[in-house]
Amino acid sequence: MIPELGHFALALAVAIAFAQGVIGIFAPGLRDPSAMRAAPALALSHFLAIGAAFLALIYAGVVSDFTVENVADYSSSLVPLIYRITGTWGNHDGSMILWCFILSLCGATVAAFGHNLPASLRARVLGVLGLVSGGFLLFTLTVSDPFTRLWPPPLDGAGVNPILQDPGLAFHPPVLYTGYVGFSVAFAFAIAALIEGRIDAAWGRWVRPWALLSWCFLTSGIALGSWWSYYTLGWGGYWFWDPVENAALLPWLSGTALLHCAIVVEKREALKAWTVLLAITTFSFSLSGTFLVRSGILNSVHSFAAAPDQGLFILALLGVTIGGSLLLFAFRAPVLAATGMFSPLSRESALIVNNIFLCSIAAVVFTGTLYPPFADLLFGIQLSVGAPFFNQTVLPLTAPLILAMAIGPLLPWKRAALRPALERIWVAALIALVVFVVMTGESNYITALGLAGGVWVILSAITDIAERTKFLRVPLRDSATRLTALPRAAFGAALGHAGFGVMVCGIAGMTLAAQKVIILAPGQSTTMAGYTWTLDALHDAPGPNYAARIADVTISAHGKPFLSLHPSRRIFVNPAGVTTNDAAIHTNFFQDIYVVFAAEQSGGAELRLNYHPLAPEIWFGGLIMALGGALSLSDRRLRIGAPARAKVKKPESLPA
Amino acid sequence: MTTRRNLLYAAPLAAVALAGAGFYTILRRMQSNDYDPHALPSPLIGKRPPPFTLPGTNGQQGFSNTDLLSPPRPMLVNWFASWCGPCAQEAANLDILAQNGLTIWGIAYQDSPAATAAYLSQYGNPYTRLAADASGLTAINWGVYGVPETYLIDKAGIVRWRWAGALTDQVLMGTLGPMLHQYA
Repeated sequence: MIPELGHFALALAVAIAFAQGVIGIFAPGLRDPSAMRAAPALALSHFLAIGAAFLALIYAGVVSDFTVENVADYSSSLVPLIYRITGTWGNHDGSMILWCFILSLCGATVAAFGHNLPASLRARVLGVLGLVSGGFLLFTLTVSDPFTRLWPPPLDGAGVNPILQDPGLAFHPPVLYTGYVGFSVAFAFAIAALIEGRIDAAWGRWVRPWALLSWCFLTSGIALGSWWSYYTLGWGGYWFWDPVENAALLPWLSGTALLHCAIVVEKREALKAWTVLLAITTFSFSLSGTFLVRSGILNSVHSFAAAPDQGLFILALLGVTIGGSLLLFAFRAPVLAATGMFSPLSRESALIVNNIFLCSIAAVVFTGTLYPPFADLLFGIQLSVGAPFFNQTVLPLTAPLILAMAIGPLLPWKRAALRPALERIWVAALIALVVFVVMTGESNYITALGLAGGVWVILSAITDIAERTKFLRVPLRDSATRLTALPRAAFGAALGHAGFGVMVCGIAGMTLAAQKVIILAPGQSTTMAGYTWTLDALHDAPGPNYAARIADVTISAHGKPFLSLHPSRRIFVNPAGVTTNDAAIHTNFFQDIYVVFAAEQSGGAELRLNYHPLAPEIWFGGLIMALGGALSLSDRRLRIGAPARAKVKKPESLPA
Repeated sequence: MTTRRNLLYAAPLAAVALAGAGFYTILRRMQSNDYDPHALPSPLIGKRPPPFTLPGTNGQQGFSNTDLLSPPRPMLVNWFASWCGPCAQEAANLDILAQNGLTIWGIAYQDSPAATAAYLSQYGNPYTRLAADASGLTAINWGVYGVPETYLIDKAGIVRWRWAGALTDQVLMGTLGPMLHQYA
């Protein structure tokens, strides 16, 4: 009964979404205030309807209702409760519901908290969101319905994929999807602005928090995914340039560009058409990222299996959404005139440089991901694009970005001179140079370059804050007063940049990773990276739906044991025979010691010993970036994103 | 001037329209089964592999095209890399094939020896001989589309079949099994 209600709620949501779309877009043209007021009400009911459908599906998973085909195929009564819940979105159909649920949540938030927006703009934004949501809900209902019934039901479900039975991966999709889908609001604002033919600073103030919020989620989602592949896949890799990873990286790159140029719109009312284009591009990348991988064109380990009719439906939807918005852009963008002027050397120009590099990286990644199928289609040639291509093309583009991102924040708006900026940053430059020279001697010049770049970015972020407080130029007490008076956005930006620097250091450090594969019998030991690694014993341990085999490994330095690790192998009961390796990782926040128990043969254990200097900094960097974004988001100036017409300003009125 | 500017604004639309048309064609061809992103027609089918000599890696012997001239039984040449996800996916099936007596020679594509060794210890080593194509130039000559990729070479040393992508159970049962039977 409950799944039927969920199915009905899903159908209801389709109808409401289209009503919201049509009414929201056309009501402002009719100048009918009551019709315009209908849009927020529809957006809220739309959210409630999908929420009900989503809850119904989760309920079916929790009570293991195997008459629902989706539950029978991807869940089991044997897995722990938490994975019966998260298993709901671990497959194509269920993840569509989650996707639509988050999209409707975005719409509901704009509806509930958008009192300070002009009524026509709010109606149009909600209309665009309604149409997008309606399209994808229709797709869910017609060709990927998660509520399809199965009769007779099987005794037990096929089980949750063991790889998905991991807290890291269980919460990776919701975070990533929130990142993807959040950009729909920036997109809807861009489309609404094109329809209205007007963009001003108030528009920038509304778009930026949304872009920032999605960017924070996307950053955390990507970092979480990378961390997950690091500790489960077990060969110390953290990024594989897989099509699905690239699909998440593309909106991140263009979203980062959007974030930066929305500042220019807000502060200087320039780069308007470009910002609108970036908003459209970012959401288009998000859509393509989520859906092209499902069409079967791009092949990847991550992809959900999808039938070809779904592929065509997806393509049509993407065509209407992306093509329609770009058509609107082609006609309406020339209307959006810039009012702010700036000289070639200024904060604006620095942000343009940032945009150029970010977009070039995005273009390279995009080309690399899509070239193989297109090259075959157009020229009939087959070629390979893998990690080596991306490493060789992306790294050279990142270097100037790192160089420029340190100087940009120090330049004033409108017109700047390079010399004062360079005078402020010479300390950072000097230290980075020392790091480079020292590390070139210690390791190799690529690693040294990476570390120096990371240090340069971190120090320049600190320099930025120090300069704003006039540190050492005025008495310390004055500096402290200035520090407390600084807007949170300034700290957020500095933290975001510093986080990127930390991540760059981590990636550079990982080039020095040491690894050894060895078969040890209990009692034997080996040496690597200055440590002695000893296998003490092998023993069995039970698990909820698997049997585990555990290796006890002791690591000692200079004869003194300081660490004992217990990597294990899990042999799953359901689905039967699947084995996963559970790596044991010890981190002291500056290095990881990482042992994988790969196989057992003739009384000995095959161990993979890893020493990863600075590896934790990769994910800490991501986390710090996301925190920087969140800090910036909590800035009062962003929360009062209001045009002058608002009657009462409510500081707490925007969700952070 | 203004017209040119306006054309510029339409450029993104044009680019996306072209890409969309491309995707549409690919999808249609996938549906009508004359295009499979995995099973691309290889220029090598019906021919011998182009001349090459690759050094061994992971302590194993490398090989050259002359070693493939007349194998005693049909065999596979499998391109893989440690950085490739689908390779790990097909590793278990390669192990099963090797245990059942099929000769598989591996070529590690654009991979560092240490990473290859680590990968093989994690996923098993089904390869009788193992060469490294560090520069990727041999792969270009073979027309390798991406890793993993598998070539079936018959007793006359001629490439009979190529599969781009992971060797799933379906491929083993449906395609490779009959092919091996045919050329045995």
